[in-house]
Amino acid sequence: MSLAERTKIYEGSRIPQRVPTVLDVPPELLSSDDILQVNFGPNHPSTHGVLRLIVDLDGEQVVGLSAVIGYLHTGFEKNMEQKTWWKAITYPERIDYVGYQNNELVFVLAIEKLLALEIPEKATWMRMLLCELNRIHSHLVFLGTSALELGAISMFWYTFREREMVLDLSELVAGQRMHTRYFQAGGLAEDIPRGFYSECRKFVEWMPQALDDYLGLLDRNKIWLERTKGVGLLSADDAIALGQSGPVLRASGVDWDLRRDDPYLSYDKVHFHVPVYHGGDVYDRYRVRMDEMAESVRIIEQCLDKLERMDGKPWIADDRKVVLPPREELHTSMESLIHHFKIVTEGYRVPEGEVYVAIESPRGESGCYVVSDGGPKPWRVHFRAPSFVALEATATCMRDTLVADMIAVVGSLDAVMGDSDR
Amino acid sequence: MNVRDIPGFLDVREEHGETTVVVERERVRDAARHLRDELGFNFLADVVATDYLNWGTKGVSGYIGTASGRDLNLPMTQGLQAQPRPKPWRFSVSYHLLALREGAPRLRLQTLLEDGDPVPSVVSVWPTADWHEREQFDLMGIRFDGHPNLVRILLEDDWEGHPLRKDYPIGGEPVRFSDAE
Repeated sequence: MSLAERTKIYEGSRIPQRVPTVLDVPPELLSSDDILQVNFGPNHPSTHGVLRLIVDLDGEQVVGLSAVIGYLHTGFEKNMEQKTWWKAITYPERIDYVGYQNNELVFVLAIEKLLALEIPEKATWMRMLLCELNRIHSHLVFLGTSALELGAISMFWYTFREREMVLDLSELVAGQRMHTRYFQAGGLAEDIPRGFYSECRKFVEWMPQALDDYLGLLDRNKIWLERTKGVGLLSADDAIALGQSGPVLRASGVDWDLRRDDPYLSYDKVHFHVPVYHGGDVYDRYRVRMDEMAESVRIIEQCLDKLERMDGKPWIADDRKVVLPPREELHTSMESLIHHFKIVTEGYRVPEGEVYVAIESPRGESGCYVVSDGGPKPWRVHFRAPSFVALEATATCMRDTLVADMIAVVGSLDAVMGDSDR
Repeated sequence: MNVRDIPGFLDVREEHGETTVVVERERVRDAARHLRDELGFNFLADVVATDYLNWGTKGVSGYIGTASGRDLNLPMTQGLQAQPRPKPWRFSVSYHLLALREGAPRLRLQTLLEDGDPVPSVVSVWPTADWHEREQFDLMGIRFDGHPNLVRILLEDDWEGHPLRKDYPIGGEPVRFSDAE
């Protein structure tokens, strides 16, 4: 970790003084008649959903800004309190609907931490594989949409071509393209289907070439470079103070990745490199995500090597109080039938306690805090949504930018509104 | 790491491999500053409040069928396996802290309070607390003293009540085009 030796992006702090997330119009400008207040969103093609920005403009210069969120608030946390633990697993995927697999993982890990369940190795490696596929999926959506917003329309078609391949793999594994609900407390919902490894290998072989194509399209494109370099600056200290995580933090020169620094699953057993850039601008955030996709492909390859030698191994823990009994036993075993009935109707009970689990989702630290009273339903569920935190940085990043750059900056923070509003 | 030096220290728990430090409500900001400056917890991951109303009694919601359908406000069908430890306070507010250094140490700073008790805001310590505190104010009704902009964030400004509280009814809103309307 080289937290000390980093280049200065700018001197001092740029976090607004009065309210850290609101950029106030300077008083000397307020008295002039030239300030135009523009309402950007909530329905605007480049707000990634329903983000609303109230912007004060002095000509083309952004001089005041405040972000308004909540248009997609659906009360996930309240809803999950009404569901049994295992029925609540469907909710987190829909919170961050682009990084669905990672969000599902963090909730399942929290349940397992309270239950103190041992997870079979095969399930752990498959979880890692799917989470990395999902990371690629998420970064492809970021790349496609933010390039589209800056005018690079063709990028969108290329990235969505590869995204389709990821979704096909999801469909092959779980029967669903998105929101798979494939992770169960205890392991996986079903065994890995035959033919998955070879299909996944094809993707692994294809993807590096696709990444080269993206670089070829964007990285020497003068318009792209001029629109992204030096725009939306965020220094390392400001990023940490504002709680930024994931690619936004790493683009500001902070060498921090939970997969390496606080390993979960089997991330300590795979080799990968954590990309860090020091410019703290839109361009570096894009570069971090590009590099991460290449690293994800490497991790997927290592997962495949492991998984291919695990045929016939168990994919879910053998704990009949939590895990559904195998289907075939229901016809022959009374106990299995009872267990099945109890888990499906009442749900399993989770020991009393509170835990906070954090993982490195495509957007950064995705955390899940759960409280159990020992019953079959969660007492309290709360998500630390990385998109919610990323949007806190809008005011700092958009200091002294032009109104057109605002779109580039919002895109580079890669907020999913479902995640930030929950 | 000596957590007993934290200002307002009351209690420390080690559960599920996580450290929880409980401090006096009035001294949360001092504790936060101490944790950041002396113990190196430079990263505030999350602020979350929990409502313990009716903790340990039967739940307030469930799926008992009645003549008119399912009543979500009747007690649930199943009791608890064991009575949980009592929670003498109505609310808890937890701050999940992380130190960006080798080993990634985490710590939960917690304070306990009754309805209406103000908690000192930690925005001046970690600017990221701004929206987290607004969210807990909005959904749980926790007041944060010294917050520069404590207004609702996810719900609209004229919303009544705080939905994540346990006494906030499920299905309390009239369903459009139904008999109940």
